Amino acid sequence: MNMQAGIKLTAAEAALVDIYNEQLGELPGDGATLLARDTLLSDLKKAGLPTRRVEAWHYTDLKALLRAVPAFVRGADAGRVDPIVPGSAVLSVVNGKAHARVMQEGITVRSYGEALLDGSAATDLVARDGDDVIGRINGSFVRDGLSIDFEDGLVVEGPIEIQSVQNCGQVNTRFPVRFGAGSKATVIERHLAVGEAAALVTSVTDVTLADGAEVTWIIFQSEGEADTHLAQFKAELGADAKLRLYVINGGGKLVRQEIHIGVTGEGADLTLRGINLLGGESHTDVTFTVSHDVPHTTSSEVIRNVVLDRARGVFQGQICVAQDAQKTDAKMSCNTLLLSDDAEFSAKPELEIFADDVQCGHGATVIDIDHTQLFYLMARGIPENRARAMLVNAFVAEIVEELEDETLVEALEGVISDWLEKHA
Amino acid sequence: MLEIKNLHARIAEDGTEIIRGLNLTVRDGEVAAIMGPNGSGKSTLSYILSGREDYEVTEGDILYNGESILELDPAERAAKGIFLAFQYPVEIPGVATMQFLKVAMNEQRKARGEDELSTPDFMRRVKEAANELQISPEMLRRPLNVGFSGGEKKRAEILQMALLEPKLCVLDETDSGLDIDALKIVADGVNALRSPDRSVIVITHYQRLLDYIVPDTVHVLYKGQVIKSGDKTLAHELEANGYADIIEAAA
Repeated sequence: MNMQAGIKLTAAEAALVDIYNEQLGELPGDGATLLARDTLLSDLKKAGLPTRRVEAWHYTDLKALLRAVPAFVRGADAGRVDPIVPGSAVLSVVNGKAHARVMQEGITVRSYGEALLDGSAATDLVARDGDDVIGRINGSFVRDGLSIDFEDGLVVEGPIEIQSVQNCGQVNTRFPVRFGAGSKATVIERHLAVGEAAALVTSVTDVTLADGAEVTWIIFQSEGEADTHLAQFKAELGADAKLRLYVINGGGKLVRQEIHIGVTGEGADLTLRGINLLGGESHTDVTFTVSHDVPHTTSSEVIRNVVLDRARGVFQGQICVAQDAQKTDAKMSCNTLLLSDDAEFSAKPELEIFADDVQCGHGATVIDIDHTQLFYLMARGIPENRARAMLVNAFVAEIVEELEDETLVEALEGVISDWLEKHA
Repeated sequence: MLEIKNLHARIAEDGTEIIRGLNLTVRDGEVAAIMGPNGSGKSTLSYILSGREDYEVTEGDILYNGESILELDPAERAAKGIFLAFQYPVEIPGVATMQFLKVAMNEQRKARGEDELSTPDFMRRVKEAANELQISPEMLRRPLNVGFSGGEKKRAEILQMALLEPKLCVLDETDSGLDIDALKIVADGVNALRSPDRSVIVITHYQRLLDYIVPDTVHVLYKGQVIKSGDKTLAHELEANGYADIIEAAA
């Protein structure tokens, strides 16, 4: 772990290396696990944090943006909060420490810390590619998480909330989840802060949908104003599997949420809906790739952004269609409501198509409040501020309503309007 | 109720003058029909009454119950009891119809210093008014005006009017796009609201609507001015002979 001569590390890079060396003894796992960690950290050190010259990080110069790295705080206890949807089954993760517990029959929950200890998780601890900084940091430092398995044919009523709550320090978690063939479930993956102290959160979720599984997965991130949140959601979709993925960002100072989806089974369908509620001086990057590898698959992506103050947002969306993935139908759009002159949003849609019989499209718009709609609401006696707030809310609520499940829609509309009330 | 004095107004963006010295008085409880050929300024007048900022008043005044409303924004005018039933009601995806109705009713109550409605009271009022207008609960669950047919949109406008209980109702071509059954429902809805302390301005191209909402006065608007006023027989005269004679006589 010696620094290479001649390469000057930034403060954050040096802190990552130092913290790793200091905490190595208490990170779970030895043998294969440790070897995997070492490899990831040494690659991280060699490459350094990415700058804008790395294409995948072009709009998020992590080397410049990540100024400091807090260390893991032993014994920190952020406690628990009520689930977003009342009555949800909660799996609690407190300051990175997961609490595996017995759920209903057909769902198996294991501590990921144990898998790190016994070495069975070591094969997960690899980077996706040379630009996978989140995989490297998380794989080096991961302490815990939950492995969850839904047995074939299981239909789960009501949502399960994986609640990762922190109040300081470092949180590094992994969540491998398998949905058995024909199973149906709704999972809310929630990351939130309850304290003001700066934290670094990294989290990797790795989901497999077996044939015919139907899953609604909702990521809701509301970290604190000083927090860095680096997360990855990966999924593989089997034949006729349906994944509805909602990604809602409403917090953090520096946020990168990557989404990498492999559509590997015929007839599979991906729906991605992203809502970015950005305020203050925050920087939020949602980077999405989907690869349609087989014929007859569909995907649709809609991203809605509300940007206030001096916030900056990024959406990079890449649709890849393999040569034999004929009849792919993929549509992507990114719409931004810029509500301040100092706010900024960058959208980079990309299509890489090797098949010749496909339907793919993308569009990006930046809009302002619709004046005809504003006049209509005001003509009914709704004061201008309230009318504006209703329209901003409507802009994002529209895609939440696609969920149709009334309790879920109501809960998500609640968190969105809370955010807007506090920030707009 | 309403007194428009020598009103001149233009489109804010390009300065085109649309209203050119318009005078009109509407008494308490009066139903006044405003008719006129295309481009005479009928819809513009309705927007100016409700305070749309795309138009600028350059001269004259609009007195509502004796007070000028020119400095009031649309929400303040609405809270004072001015209601515009839109020719083209605006679709607002993401805003639930019920939520919209509740916010509008309570904001107006708040502006008048009244207490907010309780939820059961609100629900009861909506249900009653919706029944009268044959508006289904399913329609009320949809986002505001989204996916409504032309007739449903117009009925939804009258529903809002019934719930908000305005003092001055301006109906901008409420008959356009309605079949005869829908027209009757809408007209019944308006007639039910007629009262000695509520005035209605009915803007229309056609005499047909005035068979169902019988006006006390009829005014012909042409090139931004009222060129002739009369009683309901004037509407029949227009239906039979067109605008040409009146325009010529006024020239």
